[in-house]
Amino acid sequence: MKWFKKVHHYLPPDFILERADDLCIRCKACVTQCSFDANFYDQKRNFIYTLQQNCVGCNRCVAYCPTEAIVVKNRPNPFREHSHWGAYYISGIKRRAYYGGTPVKSMGNDRPFPIYWDKLLLNASQVTNPSIDPLREPMELRTYIGRRPKYLKKGEALPPSIMLQTPIMIGAMSYGALSFNSVESIGRAVTMAGTFFNSGEGGLSRDHYKFSKHVIVQVASGRFGVHKEYLDIGSAIEIKIGQGAKPGIGGHLPGEKVSESISQARMIPKGTDALSPAPHHDIYSIEDLRQLIYALKEATRYSKPVIVKIAAVHNVAAIASGIARSGADAISIDGFKGGTGAAPEIIRNHVGIPIELALAAVDTRLRQEGIRNEVSIIASGGIRGSADAIKAIALGADAVYIGTAALITLGCTLCQQCHTGRCAWGITTQDPFLSKRVNPDIMSEHLYNLFNVWSLELKEIMGAMGVNSIESLRGNRLHLRGVGLSDRDLEILGVLPAGE
Amino acid sequence: MFINVSNNLPRDISGCGISGFINTNGRRSSGRACVDSICMMRDRGNGLGAGFAVYGAYPEFRNYYAIHIIYQDNKAREETEEYLSTKLSIVQRGGIPTKKTKNIQSRPLFFVYFGKPRAQSDVAEIDEFREDQEDEFIVRLAMKINENIKGAYVISSGKNLGVFKGIGFPEDIAEMFMIDDYKGYCWIAHNRYPTNTPGWWGGAHPFSVLDWSVVHNGEISSYGINKRYLEMFKYNLNLKTDTEVISYLLDLLVRRHGLSLKEAALAFAPPFWTQIEKMNTDQKNKIEKIRRIYGSAMLNGPFAILVGFKGGLMGLSDRIKLRPLVVGQKGDTTYMASEESAIVGVVKELDRIWSPNAGEPVIAKLKPAVSARLFGKSNKTVRV
Ligand code: SF4
Ligand code: SF4
Repeated sequence: MKWFKKVHHYLPPDFILERADDLCIRCKACVTQCSFDANFYDQKRNFIYTLQQNCVGCNRCVAYCPTEAIVVKNRPNPFREHSHWGAYYISGIKRRAYYGGTPVKSMGNDRPFPIYWDKLLLNASQVTNPSIDPLREPMELRTYIGRRPKYLKKGEALPPSIMLQTPIMIGAMSYGALSFNSVESIGRAVTMAGTFFNSGEGGLSRDHYKFSKHVIVQVASGRFGVHKEYLDIGSAIEIKIGQGAKPGIGGHLPGEKVSESISQARMIPKGTDALSPAPHHDIYSIEDLRQLIYALKEATRYSKPVIVKIAAVHNVAAIASGIARSGADAISIDGFKGGTGAAPEIIRNHVGIPIELALAAVDTRLRQEGIRNEVSIIASGGIRGSADAIKAIALGADAVYIGTAALITLGCTLCQQCHTGRCAWGITTQDPFLSKRVNPDIMSEHLYNLFNVWSLELKEIMGAMGVNSIESLRGNRLHLRGVGLSDRDLEILGVLPAGE
Repeated sequence: MFINVSNNLPRDISGCGISGFINTNGRRSSGRACVDSICMMRDRGNGLGAGFAVYGAYPEFRNYYAIHIIYQDNKAREETEEYLSTKLSIVQRGGIPTKKTKNIQSRPLFFVYFGKPRAQSDVAEIDEFREDQEDEFIVRLAMKINENIKGAYVISSGKNLGVFKGIGFPEDIAEMFMIDDYKGYCWIAHNRYPTNTPGWWGGAHPFSVLDWSVVHNGEISSYGINKRYLEMFKYNLNLKTDTEVISYLLDLLVRRHGLSLKEAALAFAPPFWTQIEKMNTDQKNKIEKIRRIYGSAMLNGPFAILVGFKGGLMGLSDRIKLRPLVVGQKGDTTYMASEESAIVGVVKELDRIWSPNAGEPVIAKLKPAVSARLFGKSNKTVRV
């Protein structure tokens, strides 16, 4: 690494690490834990130094320090305050000028766009309708993802589907973006919780084939790791057209993360960048999508549902309607706040629309066309808690995918460095030294706890509303009210303002 | 007495008393017993709505649809009658007889029309109103009137069926419509306790479409999704009342999708998954299918309903029985009501009286010979 200062394009560090010398016992935990080379021990002076520029604010050292000697703070805006030229824009320009490339970031859009979840409130029963106590009465969360016929046909079996004990799944995060242990933890947790995880676009390690009953296998534009056995292993197949964090462009896995075992799972040479093309080169139109859907169904003898995942873009409703008519069994919509393992910052921060509006628009549109009940809808992109999940369901989703929330369970602090492969928490790295930091025995339990607690919270909320089955809440927008939203927003969301 | 129905109330909430009976031999009896029964449960209403549905009301016109309409004024009536004359061949029409009563001060106009769909001449209308699909024709006609003609509301449209309802206590409504003078083999009645009061005659129960009529005690917490589900099948819900969804769901599931009444009851109040897991494979598959296909038709929240249908009567409560329902039997007559008092108060020495389980439908049907006599062999009654 080059430590010289780039004076013309000098960017002050984002973080300030303060270590209280009177508390520091020189245990060097912060030195060994930091995977970004920010902490150094000087033996001669028996002192720990910090290279502030390298700190990404992941708080690994803070968590490890036995004496609580370390504080990592955000550095205040180093430039003169300017209402138009914020630090984000100034440093953005300098960074591009200096490096001659577009910055890549990870995790979801971090710009302060409105969050509609926070402008929606839930209902509860009073007097005229008793609330139901989920600890004493049954409360049902079971959800099926798959196609449903319009009406009951005698003697005809239902099309293939997957059954979820709770309407929460873990969305696509590839083996490659994630460490082996992270996938292992996720796989075990969803197995215990009776739900599913999505393999992402990087194939599946053979050691994870054991999760066959709980994995949705993804087929993306790069076709990495896609082969007959892989399709057979999955309980469902998802065709990834787009991702909320980077609509319109393909996946990125930097070569640093392509280790020996990743290269096997992806079927690419070790150390090469795995860049998926922006479109599927066999899908240039909706008819082509139909062919791929049926090719996959044919290859798996019509035994499993095929999901089509799209990013929430401006005309998402029309696109979803086209997909519903192309033989897809479910549509997954990923909002612009969705996470990523690596995406150009410019795309991540500026392309796409909020999942709340996209989901409402899709549900409404499919209802207008009378086909909503024939396909399932999965919503994703920044679901932060069970309240967001239940609001999504009331807006019209069958289930939600979570990604970032699951990683936070594994230790993630949202430092946005996944693309570097240096994740100090061992989550998004292929470095064997770092990835040991995720212990599947412990982390799968924690993740299982999250599913359990969220499910309990869903039940509590449903009980308060007086419904004892999730299907009575799905698309039931009367249980939502908006606060501080414009008439137009309310119209698109299909909810009444609070007080009405 | 009419309010603007397109107010902002998402729906109207109410608690209530319900009561009804059927003679399975098709013996017609006067409305007296029904009135007495519903009046036993005075505390279950607050004078803001009551009503009656009687099956077998018009034997002389039993092959014609009996369209009951309430009008705000004569203007609404003229407009509606003009429209009706383009849609129906009407064999008989007239005002529904009413009596002045001291407790009911103002009231709308009540009319009945007996008729059959007639062929359409307007090209655009031919597709929508098909003479060969009589029932569908009538459902659409009723929805069109309710939606487009201000101050007119179709309250029933079945054959040999009449609905009489309004604002007042059941005894007042009964007195006004002279319910004692009607005779029927199946009666249902309602005493309403609304918690908010768009004092509107059309908002009283029973709710009826074609041969379905429903009285309901409870609140449907799943109303929002039930309504959106029905809208996909082109039902326009303009009453903003929970109960309306029930009659339309019955029409959709049973008449249009061909489910039996029991299957529809399973969709409304299905067993819990934990119970389903314990069933044998056939049953399990069947119920799982119904739950998955008709999840949006599930009625969630507290309810007890009585459903009058072509040839029978059904009682059903929600799947954790948050509202009461009692069934009694004497000879060939089956009684159903919110409270025991409403049954034992009018019939002595019942053969049997019991409380059905949560979510378990109780269905009483006319004997096959009777229904063949009433409806003819080809004109099938509802499949149970
Ligand atoms: S990068 Fe993380 S571990 Fe390293 S100094 Fe900063 S906060 Fe500590
Ligand atoms: S997964 Fe690791 S690198 Fe990525 S944001 Fe979280 S802590 Fe940072």
